[in-house]
Parts: sequence; C-alpha cells; structure tokens
Amino acid sequence: MLTLKQSRRLQSVVLGALAWTVALILFFPIFWMILTSFKTEIDAFATPPQLIFHPTLENYLHIQERSDYFHFAWNSVAIAFGSTIIGMLLAVPAAYSMAFHETRLTKQTLLWMLSTKMLPAVGVLMPIYLMTKSLGLLDTKLSLIIIYTLINLPIMVWMVYTYFKDIPKDILEAARLDGATTVQEIVRVLLPISKGGLASTVLLSLILCWNEAFWSLNLTSSSAAPLTALIASYSSPEGLFWAKLSAVSTLACAPILIFGWISQKQLVRGLSFGAVK
Amino acid sequence: MATLKIRNLRKGFDAIEIIKGVDLDINDREFVVFVGPSGCGKSTLLRLIAGLEDVTGGTIELDGRDITEVSPAKRDLAMVFQTYALYPHMTVRKNMSFALDLAGIAKSEVEKKVDEAARILELGHLLERKPRQLSGGQRQRVAIGRAIVRNPKIFLFDEPLSNLDAALRVQMRLELARLHQELQATMIYVTHDQVEAMTLATKVVVLNGGRIEQVGSPLDLYHHPANLFVAGFLGTPKMGFLKAKVIHTSAQATEIELASGPRLRLPRDGRSLVVGHEVTLGIRPEHLVIDPQGQLPVITDVTERLGSDTYCHMNTPSDEPLTVRVPGDFFCAYGERLKLGVDVSHCHLFDEHGQAVSHALQQAA
Ligand SMILES: Nc1ncnc2c1ncn2[C@@H]1O[C@H](COP(=O)(O)OP(=O)(O)O)[C@@H](O)[C@H]1O
Ligand SMILES: [Mg+2]
Repeated sequence: MLTLKQSRRLQSVVLGALAWTVALILFFPIFWMILTSFKTEIDAFATPPQLIFHPTLENYLHIQERSDYFHFAWNSVAIAFGSTIIGMLLAVPAAYSMAFHETRLTKQTLLWMLSTKMLPAVGVLMPIYLMTKSLGLLDTKLSLIIIYTLINLPIMVWMVYTYFKDIPKDILEAARLDGATTVQEIVRVLLPISKGGLASTVLLSLILCWNEAFWSLNLTSSSAAPLTALIASYSSPEGLFWAKLSAVSTLACAPILIFGWISQKQLVRGLSFGAVK
Repeated sequence: MATLKIRNLRKGFDAIEIIKGVDLDINDREFVVFVGPSGCGKSTLLRLIAGLEDVTGGTIELDGRDITEVSPAKRDLAMVFQTYALYPHMTVRKNMSFALDLAGIAKSEVEKKVDEAARILELGHLLERKPRQLSGGQRQRVAIGRAIVRNPKIFLFDEPLSNLDAALRVQMRLELARLHQELQATMIYVTHDQVEAMTLATKVVVLNGGRIEQVGSPLDLYHHPANLFVAGFLGTPKMGFLKAKVIHTSAQATEIELASGPRLRLPRDGRSLVVGHEVTLGIRPEHLVIDPQGQLPVITDVTERLGSDTYCHMNTPSDEPLTVRVPGDFFCAYGERLKLGVDVSHCHLFDEHGQAVSHALQQAA
C-alpha cells in the first residue's frame, strides 16, 4: 500500500514525465530543423537520418551570399510591430467598452468577431488582392500591417477583454469618483493593473504576425517581403536543398524565439506583480 | 455645507424597476443610514447619488444644484466600497493622493493632506506599502483615508464593514462614529445590518422593495415604527407579532381579542379601525414579563443566554412565537407552561394593512 504522501509524489512524477514527453514531441521538429541546418546537403538526405555528423556553416554562408537577410528581417519587424501597435490601440478601447460598459449586444459582438476567424483566408484572396492592387498597396509593408491587424484584432480584443473582465469594476468606479476622466481611468488605472495580460496579448500578436505566411506570400514580392517569404523562396517543388531550407528557417525563427524567451520572464513577472488581490 | 435633495427618483434595469420613486432630504452633517433587506435597492440608490448609474426618472440636487446629469467625477462625492476597491498597483500614499494629483493640487499640499489623513486613521507606518500587503481592516482604513483626503461634500459608504470579521467590525463601527464627529461631515451609509444602522445613524432610512418605508432617528423608528415591516426589521431579537381581532374602539382605547383567546385593552386611538377586522399586536421582548398573574399563557421554547440578559423564546397556544427579555441569571426550562404580563402602553398595534395605529391623544386619567 502507498501512503497518501507517496501516491501524491507518484502522481507528480507521472504528470511531470507526461509533460516532458509532450514538450519533447512538440520541440522535436525545431530541434531537427536546427540540426539539419548544420549538415551538408548530402548528410541532410541520408537514410537512416544521422545524429552524428560533421557540422558545417556552409548553408548559412550560402544564404548570406544569395539574399539580404536583414532586409527581410527588418520587414518582419516593421510589419509585426506596426500591426501590433495599431491592433492594441484598437483592441484596448474596444475591450474596455465591452468589459465595463456591457450592453445586450456585447456577447454577440464578441462571438461574431471570433466567428470571422472561421473563414478560410483563401476564400477572400481574390477580393483582397484586387483591393490591395487598386489601392496601389501591393508589395508594401502597409498592406500587410493593415491585413494582419484586421486578422488578429478579434483575438486581441477577446484576450484583452478576458483580462479586463477579471478586474473588479469597483476599482474603475473609484477612479471615476476620484475625478478621473475616461482616458485617465484607462491610462492611469486600468492599463497598469492589466499590464501582464496586455504584454501577453502583444507577444501573441507579434508571434502571429511574424509567422504569417499566406498573405505575405500572396501580396509581397521583394521590397516588402518578410522572412516567411524568404523561407518560401528557398523551398523547391522537388524537395531539394533541405539543409539550406532548414538554415533559412532557423534564421527566420530565431529572432521571435529569442524575443519570446526573453519576454516570457518579463511576462511572468508582470503577471504576478500586477495581480489584483 | 452639504445638503442633498432627492425627488421622485426612479431607476430600472431593462424593464424591471428597482427604485420606485424615492423622496429624501439629507441635511448638512447628518449621518444617514440606508438600511433594508438585501436586494431592496440600497446600493442602487447610493450609486444613483454617486452618479455611477443613470437615473430613469426624478432629480437629485446637491446644495441646490441639480446634479442628476452630472458625471461622477464632477459631483465632489467620495465613496468607500464594500470591496475597498483600492488601486492595486499604487502604494497606500498614492492611493490616497490619486484624486488630489488628478485635481492638480500642489505636491506639498497633497503630502500634508495625506499625512493628516494617515494620522487620523493610524496608517502612517503603512504609507509605502501596496494594498496586497495589508490586512482587511487596514485596507478598509486606506479606502476611508482615500475619501477623507478629498474633503468631499458627502461621504458615501456601501456596506464598508461587511467583509471584516465580527470583532473588527465592532471596532470600525466605533471609529466611523468618531470620524463623523471629528470631520463634521455629511455621510450616507448603506447596510443590511440593523445594528449598524441603529448605532451609527443620526437618521435612518428604511428601504424595502425600492421604496422608503420610514425615515427617522434610530430611537424614533425603534419606538414608533410606522408599519409592520419597520417594526419587524429593527430590533434584536425581533418584535413578536400576534394576530388579533378588533372588539371595541374609541379615541382613548382599543380592545382586541388575540387569536389564542385573551383580550387586551390598549391605549390606542382606534377610530380608524373597524370592529371585527384583523389587526396585529407587536410586542418587543423588553415589554413582556413572566408573571403568574399575566394575561398571556405561553409554552417555553429555547433560551439564549447573553450574560447580561437572557432571551426566552416562547410560543402562544395559537403557535405564534414571542420573545421575552429576562435577567441574565433567570432560568427558563424547556416546555414549561407560563403566563406573561404585557406592558400595554408600549405595545404596537398595526391595522389590517400593516400600518401602525397611533397612540391615544391624551392618556386616559
Ligand atoms: N446592473 C444591474 N443590472 C440589473 N439588475 C441590477 C443591477 N444592479 C442591481 N440590480 C438589481 O437590483 C436589485 C437591487 O440591487 P442592490 O441595489 O444591489 O440591492 P442591495 O444593495 O439593497 O442589496 C437586485 O435585485 C439586483 O439584482
Ligand atoms: Mg448592496
């Protein structure tokens, strides 16, 4: 027989092992991608796949020669941050009004906004392509900023809304009685309290923008092309050049992975410091 | 100076009317307590005064100025919430100075006011802490301090003590009473606790179902409840109610027959009553005595010993509960048959609509 304490410990060991397994399965493709990026094209193709090999930087050098990585990276940064900033500027007031001045239509509005996410993007490819074209916005960062903002806005509003919903209404009402205008109420009370949640929303938006490929491939060619387009330019229909593709993918993912990793620490801190308890 | 004049105030949420036409005058330096069962609309009425809810009808005047449509930020009222509603990201000092900072008052002035409020509330050593590092009682003080520094026209309190434990509640109650004396301010206080209402108020407003049942000083309401609701709501233990029939009426006296048989002659002006109609007799525990010569036979139920007093719960033969106050060391066995003497001059008589029947004009000589 196990004592209660022992069975508790066993339970936590089993859960821990399970969590690690899932994490490893999720991480494996990234690990394999990074590994492959340091192989020669021949090693990359070998069957059975090799774990031991002579690492090489030739793929990275090749990419540096063939394309201007920083041009694409700058586009990715500009588009992701541009879209996230505009998105937050729209999402915060929208979520504020829905969370603290609820009307009978609020719930429906939220659901309707989310339902737009169920439409497959390709369904509106033609109209959006044509509109972008007639506005003269093809291959511009602005077009992607606008489209990403619109695509991500429902999720951002929804996320910010749930964070705002957790904040007792009394606190804002207290501010109102203390003489705060609506803007002061939001900027000096609401935003500082919910900064952890807002940071998570910003991070999610950045990641979604950074990884978006459908619209960037269809609406940009060179001058506004972000890193996802760079990756695509290295994929070939015959599936050749695995190593180079891995290298360029690693280069494209690295910034957002590092950024996410750094800000995660801030996020956890922000979340626990701002707690409304 | 702060006077508030409320006229025919109404508030509905969707189709449901919650405040059904309230008229009320609040004078300078009064401590007004809104009391009533939960859900009767006390908080809603307070929030209407604060401007946190839009009125459906009626007007609110503050010092002669119509503020019905004025935003809460411009009403110059301060509110203490049940949940304290402190700003969690600010220190105690910042919490208290927030309103003054918004108003653009000079730093040195703000500091002086915060220090003064902190002194009154004994918060001096906590000024640099965040709300989450404070106990419930300390948070409550900060919430009160936040109101004090503003020197508002009226203080609004919404059940400020209900999240505190019993001992702290009694202590804070005394402090609030002292604060009212010290600040000489006008205060409106919402509670469902009739003890808080009786002990704090200079004026009690009894609310029920969105309407005012009665307004008056605590003792006025205790001794002269206008109707059955007020009579039953104020006082612990509750007033006992006995069903009765009118037998004989005159300007000097009303004779009634209780459901359990005995007849009583009360010094009440019975001219508004109809012989044969139902009335209700109300008797507070302190107006009954155990007396072998008494008019009212009862069977004892449980007793509650408070030390100084003992409350004996009884049932009449018609199974109506009554409570009697007896000295603390009095012993009352369970299931005993006793007789009670009724102090008829202190009884309350309510007509068939639950309205109090007034005292006889002159005491019969
Ligand atoms: N924002 C609101 N929307 C709908 N109904 C409400 C709202 N606020 C209060 N009510 C209703 O009004 C009634 C009175 O509420 P309240 O004033 O909080 O009562 P009290 O403070 O006396 O306990 C309750 O029945 C409550 O459900
Ligand atoms: Mg309430």
